[in-house]
Amino acid sequence: MDFKEKLLDSHLAFEQDVDLLHPIHDYRKKALKRFESDGFPTKSDELWKYTSLASIIQKDYHLSPTSESNIELKDVKKYFLNDIDSFKLVFVDGIFSPFLSKTTHDGMDICVLSAAISKSKYKKTIKKYFNKVVPENESLSSLNTSYTREGAYIFIPKNMEPEDPIQILHFSTGAQKSIWLQPRNLIVMEANSNVQIIERHQSLSDHKVVTNSVTEIYADSNSHVDYYKIQNDLLTSSLIDNTFISQEKDSNVSVHTFSLGGQLTRNNLRFYHKGSNISSTLKGLTILEAKQHVDHNTLVHHAKPNCESHQDYKGIFSDSSVGVFNGRIIVEREAQKTNAFQQNNNILTTDKSKINTKPQLEIFADDVKCSHGCTIGQLDKQALFYLNSRGIPEKEARALLTYGFANNVLESVKIPNLNKRIKKLIAYKLGVNLGFDL
Amino acid sequence: MLEINNLHCKIEGRSILKGVNLKVKKGEIHAIMGPNGSGKSTLANVISGHEDYEVTKGNLYYKTNEINELSASERAHDGIFMSFQYPVEIPGLTVTNFIKAAINESRKAKGLDEMSSREMLKKIREKSSLLDIDTKFLSRSLNEGFSGGEKKRNEIFQMAMLEPELAVLDETDSGLDIDALKIVANGVMKFSNDDNAVVVITHYQRLLDYIVPDFVHVILDGKVIKSGDKSLAKKIEDKGYDWLKKEKK
Repeated sequence: MDFKEKLLDSHLAFEQDVDLLHPIHDYRKKALKRFESDGFPTKSDELWKYTSLASIIQKDYHLSPTSESNIELKDVKKYFLNDIDSFKLVFVDGIFSPFLSKTTHDGMDICVLSAAISKSKYKKTIKKYFNKVVPENESLSSLNTSYTREGAYIFIPKNMEPEDPIQILHFSTGAQKSIWLQPRNLIVMEANSNVQIIERHQSLSDHKVVTNSVTEIYADSNSHVDYYKIQNDLLTSSLIDNTFISQEKDSNVSVHTFSLGGQLTRNNLRFYHKGSNISSTLKGLTILEAKQHVDHNTLVHHAKPNCESHQDYKGIFSDSSVGVFNGRIIVEREAQKTNAFQQNNNILTTDKSKINTKPQLEIFADDVKCSHGCTIGQLDKQALFYLNSRGIPEKEARALLTYGFANNVLESVKIPNLNKRIKKLIAYKLGVNLGFDL
Repeated sequence: MLEINNLHCKIEGRSILKGVNLKVKKGEIHAIMGPNGSGKSTLANVISGHEDYEVTKGNLYYKTNEINELSASERAHDGIFMSFQYPVEIPGLTVTNFIKAAINESRKAKGLDEMSSREMLKKIREKSSLLDIDTKFLSRSLNEGFSGGEKKRNEIFQMAMLEPELAVLDETDSGLDIDALKIVANGVMKFSNDDNAVVVITHYQRLLDYIVPDFVHVILDGKVIKSGDKSLAKKIEDKGYDWLKKEKK
């Protein structure tokens, strides 16, 4: 039996554990049907031209565990951003860990989706938002929808703002030799609200793990969201991240994706504009080695006038790593005065590393400003010599040039602790200790 | 301090230096002059250890050690500095962070602790005021969008910060107006003392009015063909290089 069949068959067992009368179960059933007919994407799909899932889906995985594996705070504390308490939603092998988390229902909801599904007071919100921004033609998202059970649920009411950034952390323990996880996050921002969110997926041992995650974000008028994704998992882990953002007028949403680890990572990041004066920012920094593969597949759908979007992706590829950047911008006829910018710069440090970069602009309005550019190059030899001649050895010189190259992605990380953390991860990745904060 | 014996060097298969001899002692200032393409900049690059320049014959001695095989960063740790004719622009790396990395990597190589932030700041203030450098300039990306004069001043500022024992200044005067030239030259003269040595590479005598050399050497076609005192520079200013070419024949 192949893995697709297993997913279809196992759904019956999954249904034993969920409320079949809840309205979202209709979404699950319809999504399963779509997944059944669409199947996993293959390289013949235009959006999957440069990334094959074959190596992942040929294997068998354990689905939906039901009991929590035990991990202790000391095992995972280093992944927390702050020593002091801030809001955290921690999931262990897909199961929510109340012990490691800090939630709230005080003025805002920072909790889990399973609670929001089961409690009647959330019924209206779930009904209004759940699965409303997820396109039907993306089969991995359909697969996630069909198995919706757990994930983050964040609801920030009008004019509210949590004091600290919210962390969503997924740990995988290796209690199962190989595991397929499908977290589902729903984030609803009412008018004038603000939030900063950090999401991270981390394996704690070198077992096989694939995460197929869906995040829906609804940003109502004049709300502000800064979302940071840290992808620095072990080489035995893969991640398919599907993030869909619906923006109302005057809202401002940014997503930063730091792809430093993992075997195969695919980021499906989609922005949909529902009002005017919207700002969308997509930034990415990818630093890969070995046989790692990262595919950034973005879409900004400009549907209303006077909106802007800003995409800036940088990649540095070593060994035989492979990068993909496919950035789509659609500007509808109504979306006059759109300002859409897209930039993708890459450095290949070896002959075997590879980047496929593909800007895709579909513009139906006539009064717009759209620009895109991509570059592929190497670290500048003369710049390396310049640093060497000042006493900075080869490895450190390469690291400094890398930081310089990545700087405009790093400098827009607004959480100081996170900024430091990411710079440290990069220094670690490049094998240097520069001894000062860059 | 520096002794170069019968140095031959190639780049991309092309012979550039064809037997250079040069001796530089502590406390001395040497000027190297010569027309375009004579091998002046190549000599500077070879001394500082650029990998593209292949030494095919001869030796470089620095502080009595042969340094032919040392990397550029090792030479820098040992006190060799080159001011670039064309300083490289590095977006995203501030002047301050660059200087910090350079100083601390040298200290690390010598087994010393990193310089404290306070000490670093003090030194940066002291040396930047010497060269009339606005401190705002230090938080800008290295050389990015700098004017010609700013780039050269920044080179001399780095030299002042790193306090090398041997400074090779490659065409430090090119692209400078007279006021900037005076500031830069003044920085070099303040740096020069009995324990270090300066090698100035230049096209024009003009710079040598401000950085007064003890010795002047003329390079022609990859060889030092004449050495003398500063009057040699004056003579070249008046008569050009042709008389030397004839003399050589």
